[in-house]
Amino acid sequence: MKLPVKMTINGQKVSHEVEPRLLLVHYIREVVGLTGTHVGCDTSQCGACTILLGGQAVKACTMFAVQADGATILTIEGLAKNGELHPIQQGFWEKHGLQCGFCTPGMIMTAYQMLERYPKPTEDQIRHQLEGNLCRCTGYHNIVKAIEWAAEHMAGKK
Amino acid sequence: MATVAGERLFGKAIKRREDPRFITGRGQYVDDVKLPGMTYAAFVRSQHAHAKIRRIDASAALKHPGVVAVFTGKDMTGVNSLPCGWDLRKEKNIPGVVQDLAMVPHMPLMSDAARHVGDPVAVVIADSQAAAVDAADKVKVDWEPLPSVTATDKAARAGAPQIHTSAPGNVAFKWEIGDRSATDAAFKGAAVTVKKRILNQRLVANAMEPRACIARFDTATGELTLWVTSQNPHVHRLLMCAFVLGIPEHKVRVIAPDVGGGFGSKIFLYNEEVVCSWASRQLKRPVRWTATRREAYLTDAHGRDHVTDAELALGKDGKILGLRVKTTANLGAYLSTFAPAVPTFLYGTLLNGVYTIGAIHCEVTGVFTNTTAVDAYRGAGRPEACYVLERIVEAGARALGMDVAELRKKNFIPRFSGAYQTLVAVSYDSGDYAAAFDKLLQMLDYKKFRAEQAASRKQGRLLGVGFSTYIEACSIAPSKLVGALGAGAGLYESAKVRVHPTGGVTVYTGSHSHGQGHETTFAQLVADELQIPIEQVDIVHGDTGAIPFGMGTYGSRSASVGGTAILMSLNKIKEKGRRIAAHLLEASPNDIEYVKGQFQVKGVPSKAVPFGAVSLTAYVPHKYPDNLEPGLEETSFYDPSNFCFPFGAHACVVEVDRDTGTVKILRYVAVDDVGKVINPMIVDGMVHGGIAQGVGQALWEGAVYDEGSGQLVTGSMMDYALPKADMLPLYETDRTVTPTPVNPLGIKGAGETGTIAATPTVVNAVVDALAPLGIDHIEAMPLTSERVWKAIQAAKAKR
Repeated sequence: MKLPVKMTINGQKVSHEVEPRLLLVHYIREVVGLTGTHVGCDTSQCGACTILLGGQAVKACTMFAVQADGATILTIEGLAKNGELHPIQQGFWEKHGLQCGFCTPGMIMTAYQMLERYPKPTEDQIRHQLEGNLCRCTGYHNIVKAIEWAAEHMAGKK
Repeated sequence: MATVAGERLFGKAIKRREDPRFITGRGQYVDDVKLPGMTYAAFVRSQHAHAKIRRIDASAALKHPGVVAVFTGKDMTGVNSLPCGWDLRKEKNIPGVVQDLAMVPHMPLMSDAARHVGDPVAVVIADSQAAAVDAADKVKVDWEPLPSVTATDKAARAGAPQIHTSAPGNVAFKWEIGDRSATDAAFKGAAVTVKKRILNQRLVANAMEPRACIARFDTATGELTLWVTSQNPHVHRLLMCAFVLGIPEHKVRVIAPDVGGGFGSKIFLYNEEVVCSWASRQLKRPVRWTATRREAYLTDAHGRDHVTDAELALGKDGKILGLRVKTTANLGAYLSTFAPAVPTFLYGTLLNGVYTIGAIHCEVTGVFTNTTAVDAYRGAGRPEACYVLERIVEAGARALGMDVAELRKKNFIPRFSGAYQTLVAVSYDSGDYAAAFDKLLQMLDYKKFRAEQAASRKQGRLLGVGFSTYIEACSIAPSKLVGALGAGAGLYESAKVRVHPTGGVTVYTGSHSHGQGHETTFAQLVADELQIPIEQVDIVHGDTGAIPFGMGTYGSRSASVGGTAILMSLNKIKEKGRRIAAHLLEASPNDIEYVKGQFQVKGVPSKAVPFGAVSLTAYVPHKYPDNLEPGLEETSFYDPSNFCFPFGAHACVVEVDRDTGTVKILRYVAVDDVGKVINPMIVDGMVHGGIAQGVGQALWEGAVYDEGSGQLVTGSMMDYALPKADMLPLYETDRTVTPTPVNPLGIKGAGETGTIAATPTVVNAVVDALAPLGIDHIEAMPLTSERVWKAIQAAKAKR
């Protein structure tokens, strides 16, 4: 049995018929073909699949595609506008906030909502807010620095 | 980052050139590759730690909609065991062998028995991932469960369940290094001796990208292409073609595209890669497999898992007279690709540390257990050696009543460059161990900390500082030397440098980047040497179809070995360019020098030909020297003459909560000496990540097997405690720079130092914090609050 789903991803309308058990992350990766959202675990620990769903940072492995019917989704591919990097992306680049790059899309999407909640986050706040995202390369040092950089530059733009 | 011709880029912290694709979601990892007609593999795995396979019934699975095929080990005729690439046998004259390595078979799909939870016994291939997984559940395996053994110190005991008929008593090998009688004599003359049991628990690498592969057999060309999460695609190809499948190497192309971390776990040839490659040839369709994280925990090679009894003999003056080490190393159920090297030549040879020691003897017994195979994990043998030495040295200082920093200073090998012959075979390249430690003590303000600690202890607070002054062997490795020690491969590296007609440069390197940033550092090296803008340089890696050969990336070898191979090719390019330029300038090649991106008559910048004009001439050779081939492309293989030995000193300040046993890191300070540095930003990042993994082992991480059932209790990210952002501090890092004389770049290697140093540093700090309670040692890691709390309670009960 397949069910119809429609959603808007990165400003594009998409619609498909999918199995009800298909996870949203697999829908995004395998059906829509946006492979920037990654799968690093099967227990919703790693956060590599974090997307923005209706403006909320959500692990795309924690829901079925059919539950996202009608949703507006932003993935890592939709963050840069007109070829210009979002300040969070720029911060990760400037501060060497990534090595292998696998956790990076999830980190950036988590940081996106974090900075909406805490436009001037303390180091402790950043670390606490990143609790749901694992990185094995950086030891988090430069991820913290990257988000601090982004916060400073986003404040400058407002 | 825009650079200009002539700008020196070696040593500059330039931003990474690979990052734009990663921060925009445009990286391409193996699981991102989609091919037409692709099929999906799901493996049927043992849920028993040890069980005979009576029968496998795939009939129900075969009827499942969408299923293309089900294969068991019996179907894979003509396929050989996965090879172990390191031999330890007396007949091969491998030094130190006491009992020969038992080369036990390891078939891609097991037919006779399963020997650990997760052992694959069948594969289901279907048109969709869901169909493959559903059908795998329908494969019926008639198991005959057998008793199992998982604990390192119980595997070789009398009566333990026998895992391989060819390895009686579950002993894989026995090996020794050093001088037994000199060590015995040293202990007889000692003022103080200490003996400690030191456990180095089993770890899981946990690269964020799970292993994956896609095999595509092309019936028209007879070629097989394998996309695989590999740190060394040529090694994968060689092992699979020559040893397992017996197919011609030139008909196989292995591509390791963007790879999401390795830490050792993606060096090895695994069952799934072989099975998918074989199945694609059978089915003539692409076959894809991506590990779930649970599969990764059960099948990625694990690391560490040593039980060690260590003894240290000290003179009254604090001089280290002798070190005696007896280690049992758990190899798991099978021999992974390089497993026997890790607890032997990568372990025993590092026990001299940075100290002048009177005598050393180390014996190692490798054992088989009903657990996932153990192989190299970041540091591989060297962290285990460093942990033993740095723990026992601090225990010795405490027994002698000497300050732990003072005792280290008394024993450092004095500064040298060229060679320092250790007591455990290897000869160090260059070192200034006291300088790194002095710098660390300064950054830490050691005296001030001890005063603060004394004051805080009066208030009942448990503050502690711990050190490690470590050494590591990297830049792996001289082929002749490792060959004599049992390696089945050479450990050189290759680099092809292609200069295009218009002056662009493409480098084809056998090193592989899975987070290390080679696309930046190697390009810096090339742009610096040729003094051309970095935009003119591209780095290609991870494709056996493009790169002549390669041994890959592990053992902190890319910059030192891979980089030197690039340098050799650049020198050849310059030499040929000099001859072309000399012809154009009507001068002698000996009178031509290469300055700021142009070939010029020595001392006459006005008589010059730019690099681009020379490269164009090489491809449009109208005005060209006789007896010189057209084209500008050079390939080099660099085989190092020795390992390189980075070193450094780390310190950690912790506070232990005496009521809960919780350890909080207050400061982490590191001084590393990795020789010369191409990109300090990238090296700092490496050090940070290494420290995090080392701290992880000290405080949280550990793979735990249930002894009765043999189940991996920590089999998911929910159960295995990986360090998170809010568990770690900012790191204070600095460097000393002692270039290596081994390679012309002066680079030692930076990939593993943090992991090697951090674990003993943190544990020493916790023990120091607990010293007022009469605690001088904690046997096992991780130092979870539960374990520390128990140690505190035990100490209280003793008083």
